[in-house]
Amino acid sequence: MQTSQPLKPPVVETYDELLGPGETYSSVTARIGDIVLYPLLKTPWGWIGGFIAAGLLLMLYLYALATLFTVGIGIWGINIPIAWGFDIINFVWWIGIGHAGTLISAVLLLFRQDWRTSINRAAEAMTIFAVACAGIYPLIHTGRPWLDYWFLPYPNTMGMWPQFRSPLEWDVFAISTYATVSVLFWFIGLIPDLATLRDRAQHPIAKIFYGLLSLGWRGAAKHWQRYEKASLILAGLSTPLVLSVHSIISFDFAVAQLPGWHVTVFPPYFVAGAVYCGFAMVIVLMIPIRRWFGLHSLITMRHFDVMSKVMLASGLIVTYGYFGEIFYSWYSGSIYEYFLIVNRTTGPWAWSYWALIIFNVLIPQVLWFKRFRTNLPVLFFVSMCINVGMWFERWVIIVLSLTRDFLPTSWGTYTPTFYDWATYIGSFGLFFILFFLFIRLLPMVAIFEVRDLVHKTAHKAHDKEDHGHAGA
Amino acid sequence: MSKESLDTQGTSGRSYWRSLEELSQTAEFRARLDREFPREAAEMRDPVSRRSFLKLMGASMALSSLVGCQFALKQPQEKIVPYVRQPEQVIPGRPLYFATSMAVQGYGIGLLAESHEGRPTKVDGNPDHPASLGSSDAWIQASVLTMYDPDRSQQILNAGKPATWADASAALATAAKAAADGLRIISEPTSSPSIVAAITGLSGAKWYQYDALSNDNVANGAQLAFDRVVNTIYAFDKASVVVALDSDFTHGSPTSIRYSRDFASTRRLESDTPSMSRLYVAEPTPSNTGTMADHRLPVKAGDIAPMAQAIAAALGVAGVTAPTLSESVTKWVNVAVADLKAAAGKSIVIAGESQPAAVHALVHAINASLTNVGQTVTYTEAVISGPTGAASLKALVDEINAGAVKMLVIADANIAYNAPADINVAEALKKVPTVVHLGLYNDETAALANWHINGAHYLESWGDVRAFDGTVSLQQPLIAPLYDGKTFLEVIAALAGNATATAHELLTTYWKSVQGTKDYAFDKQWQISLHDGTIAQTAAATINLTAKVGGEIPASGTGLELIFRPDPSLRDGSAANNGWLQEVPKPITKLVWDNTAQISPATAKKLGVKNEDVLELTYQGRSVKAPTYIVTGQVDDTIVVHLGFGRTQAGKVGTKVGFNAYALRGTETMWFGNGVEVKNTGVNYTLASTQEHFTLEGRDEDIYHITTLAKLIEEKAAGKKEPKREIFSLFPAHDYSKGYQWGMSIDLNACNGCNACVVACQAENNIPVVGKDQIWRGREMQWIRIDTYFAGDPTNPSIYQEPVACMQCENAPCEIVCPVAATVHDEEGINNMVYNRCVGTKYCSNNCPYKVRRFNFFQYADEETPSLKLQRNPDVTVRVRGVMEKCNYCLQRINEARIDADREDREIKDGEVITACQQACPSQAIVFGNINDKSSRVAKLKELDTKFSMLDSLNTKPRTSYMTKLTNPNIELSGKME
Repeated sequence: MQTSQPLKPPVVETYDELLGPGETYSSVTARIGDIVLYPLLKTPWGWIGGFIAAGLLLMLYLYALATLFTVGIGIWGINIPIAWGFDIINFVWWIGIGHAGTLISAVLLLFRQDWRTSINRAAEAMTIFAVACAGIYPLIHTGRPWLDYWFLPYPNTMGMWPQFRSPLEWDVFAISTYATVSVLFWFIGLIPDLATLRDRAQHPIAKIFYGLLSLGWRGAAKHWQRYEKASLILAGLSTPLVLSVHSIISFDFAVAQLPGWHVTVFPPYFVAGAVYCGFAMVIVLMIPIRRWFGLHSLITMRHFDVMSKVMLASGLIVTYGYFGEIFYSWYSGSIYEYFLIVNRTTGPWAWSYWALIIFNVLIPQVLWFKRFRTNLPVLFFVSMCINVGMWFERWVIIVLSLTRDFLPTSWGTYTPTFYDWATYIGSFGLFFILFFLFIRLLPMVAIFEVRDLVHKTAHKAHDKEDHGHAGA
Repeated sequence: MSKESLDTQGTSGRSYWRSLEELSQTAEFRARLDREFPREAAEMRDPVSRRSFLKLMGASMALSSLVGCQFALKQPQEKIVPYVRQPEQVIPGRPLYFATSMAVQGYGIGLLAESHEGRPTKVDGNPDHPASLGSSDAWIQASVLTMYDPDRSQQILNAGKPATWADASAALATAAKAAADGLRIISEPTSSPSIVAAITGLSGAKWYQYDALSNDNVANGAQLAFDRVVNTIYAFDKASVVVALDSDFTHGSPTSIRYSRDFASTRRLESDTPSMSRLYVAEPTPSNTGTMADHRLPVKAGDIAPMAQAIAAALGVAGVTAPTLSESVTKWVNVAVADLKAAAGKSIVIAGESQPAAVHALVHAINASLTNVGQTVTYTEAVISGPTGAASLKALVDEINAGAVKMLVIADANIAYNAPADINVAEALKKVPTVVHLGLYNDETAALANWHINGAHYLESWGDVRAFDGTVSLQQPLIAPLYDGKTFLEVIAALAGNATATAHELLTTYWKSVQGTKDYAFDKQWQISLHDGTIAQTAAATINLTAKVGGEIPASGTGLELIFRPDPSLRDGSAANNGWLQEVPKPITKLVWDNTAQISPATAKKLGVKNEDVLELTYQGRSVKAPTYIVTGQVDDTIVVHLGFGRTQAGKVGTKVGFNAYALRGTETMWFGNGVEVKNTGVNYTLASTQEHFTLEGRDEDIYHITTLAKLIEEKAAGKKEPKREIFSLFPAHDYSKGYQWGMSIDLNACNGCNACVVACQAENNIPVVGKDQIWRGREMQWIRIDTYFAGDPTNPSIYQEPVACMQCENAPCEIVCPVAATVHDEEGINNMVYNRCVGTKYCSNNCPYKVRRFNFFQYADEETPSLKLQRNPDVTVRVRGVMEKCNYCLQRINEARIDADREDREIKDGEVITACQQACPSQAIVFGNINDKSSRVAKLKELDTKFSMLDSLNTKPRTSYMTKLTNPNIELSGKME
């Protein structure tokens, strides 16, 4: 039943299980559902404060975009030769963050990793919001954004098609597909929970809202069967997307002939980097949410432990990429490639390269130790470092490569302006406003899946092979 | 309505307009003008408040009609004669070309002006004129923008109030009569026969000439050597050894266009038996000519004179004893002298304008002893008579101070700005009852005058002017004066009481009297002269002279030497309001929109200063503040400051740009002097430059090929050929073997980095000016740039200049990455930029290894200012914000030739399409044409062994290729054959 305050059980950390002790079907439903359903006027001050803060950031973002549209992209620090700056760095960074959600919800579903259940909903939401943030950058980075629709292949009086050899054109399809599949997958996964909320809601508006969204879900066996099929198909569709989207984004660079971009290892290296950064972001978001909403028994230390391991593994792939780059700069025999590494490591922006190495390679090595994997402050710090480090990675790839290419006379420098920062920091406003709305309006943990977990945990000993579901 | 407008009641016609003009003096109108004509430079974030906007709108209502009238497009009333085609009437879309000429420091440069439906849009050299031979320079190219400059003075002012020509001419005639013997005229130097005759005809008037960059030293040198002022003409095309003593003869003077071409012709290696001239340059700071030198020696300006003495002594010139020089200088001099001796009769020794007269006298004696006179050096009667320097101005000011001057007419000379600091012009002008100023701008001097008469630009004027060899060329107006400006000739006539005569009448009357013909005979001859641009057989006759050594050689001083130089772009500063000249990167430093105190790296270290530190320079009790710029290749213990900046009333573009170096200049130290004191103020000043790195980073093989003549000959003899690099592609190559295939060859051996191509391209292709801040952010827009590299010994580096525009790669990296196909190849090998299709992802620029693409980060093109719209080339799109742009081999010119060829059912001939950069290039370094036509010049150049392509290891297959830079060092000095 609905209570005026969400349930806040005593904090008991669970290290080996995916559920805290004593969780039942009803406690799970109440714990998650009540966060959403308690009355509007009793919204916690923390949420309101966070929402306002995010709104202010969003205002900053809108201001920066309005100036951009009216005045021109000259308000940014980009120039010739550094024609891409914060815009593309942030694009790649945000879309990388999105990757963890898809990986958790799709790939881990296919691999039957139970630990994904408590975190996949929020991670998927994060994916969609991050993709939304990311998708804006390629649209606004053009000189004449009002003509962006020319990227789309549509019959027109000009008789013009897009130029399909351009990786930017591939991006259009990669990102739009990714966004579409992610939204569908997320929404379909929400339907049983929306029905639960519809059933539990008391306010008429809430009833209508969740009633409409739950699309008439009654929990019939037929519904469950179709649901299972749909999510399997979408998981199957999403899984290659996890690999393809960032591979294609890496082609924006790999296809170009600029030293520092023209590298064949980019697709796997970018995908690993995306997963790395994405998991770090999930952890950064989950740690406070878990604490504020008392989800200790649903998101346990085991979850963090597992996520840290994924992070460590992808981090090592990324590290391999860094060494790879150094290797081919020597092995290629190209003076430009060689100079690139010299410039990265000792040039005027060398500090950013070394920051990247420290944040992405050195600091995350603590994750080898379980002691740190289950120490939330340490984990939070390491994850933040990875987020910053991955931003620097894109900075190093995009900006540093452009500053000094073939002709020394055309070397340039790049200084981000206020508007560069405003369009970056402001995009967090968009992200967090969406995220705050999400945690207020939608169940941030998949209720039915956790109930399934309750069932499985309870019947672990004798019912290992049973994949039946707890009814809605 | 305001009170002023009520005054118009009861008046009509001319007075009505006067009243409107009076109304126009309200603050609103001024403010509105400021908005109406935003300077060409971008002022993108300039806040306009709502209130001020509403006020401006109010003022606009009252005045829109006035402004509308000012831009009425009028053909001049008199018949002007087109140069190439003589159609019945103007055919829309077809430009006409008219011969005219421009005065540069008083000397004429013959030009062809391109006119589109009555608007001159571009000027280029007149191939028939001796000073241009069809080429031009940045100064000339930019002059067309000055004509359309919205900041030009647009009305006659009497004590700051608008007046009419009727009033002004009446007042002038009355004042001149009253002044009687007290009438003085000061103008910029002029060689115009009609003006000289008109002034001579003014009874009681005395005429002075003043040019801040005066050639007085040269004239006085001739006086010392020959006891008379003569004009020296050098034939660089006949010289195999040239020694330039602080002389930048290929850049920045009225003769430099011709001399560049002549000199480059001795450096071109297109034959099978390579030979090349050898150039020695001794100079304090790298000049364009210096970058061409086979042996460049950095010496202080004051140490040039002893070198000249040493050369003279070594050549046995009577009466000269060799001074003691340092070992390295002695060696340099000895080697140069040996070369000069070996090339006696085929050599040139030339001294720069800034060197004292005695050095010029010595050089005359040196050339005589080398038997160069009559062969590579000839003398003619002076083209400009009388002193034009500080002495001239000082004499005038002395007269004023003595109370002898009742009326002073100042024509163009901006003496309130560019006088040496020890002549107080402002104070002197106050003592003259009537000061009349004639000029294009309401400038510093106009502000001190009682009357300001807005002048006519040379493209709006009838006139005549003599070239460096005396040839008279005519000026014909391409357009009626935009603001009813007056010419000097008309003002002189008005002084004599003839206010109604037009410049055309005055000019023809003069030439009728000179030629002694009239009516049909004169008209026929006049038509021919107008058509050709020159009056036949007016070149000055050669005179034979014997030089003697004279004058006192000033002792070379010690301490920090201060050297004044004209700014390479702005020269004396009269064109400071020209955005093209402000923004063209200066040769060597690549700085824009500023002048600096240039010092050598070692001196900077000694003084403890670094780039952009603001220095306080104190010289002879006068001081200015100037930002530091360190120039590799400048001699130690010198500070070079450039004139032409620090204007206080230049217009919106040029006012308060840089510092005024004239404030340090004294009548005795017009060009250099010792003992400048330097103090670091500790303030930092931001300089904007288009290039930040000047080294090749070991990439010579890919970027800049250089070899020596000796090595080339040796390789040729041994039959050695550079192995051709074959690069394989997985993709089949496109077939470019049919039709026209356009290509370009740039001869690095001829290029001296003069910037003519850069500004010519800007004029031809409607390239906007973006301002210092945008350049500082790395957003320059010029389509062609001149890359500069320093190599070798940092105290005396080799300096390489390399023009770079879009290479039109056959495998263009930009094309495959554009998502909307806005940059595509055409079947003739040109990489086209489709502005309308461009969305502005900038991906193409990222993938361009040459970084030749330019992006409109803002709305750079000024689409508001009416006069600037008139300047634009109608054959080239004006680009909007958010669009990428770049060189396209002057596609519009190719298409024009194609239309002509198609109509005549023939192929486009070699040489029929000339790109703007090629046309301007004084040293003819750029050759363009159809590479499929094996007989074309460009195809032949591309067959030579010395051809290379930039970054060809990337397999981009650029259509623009380069000719290897060759030097011809003397093995005695270079030490080894490299």
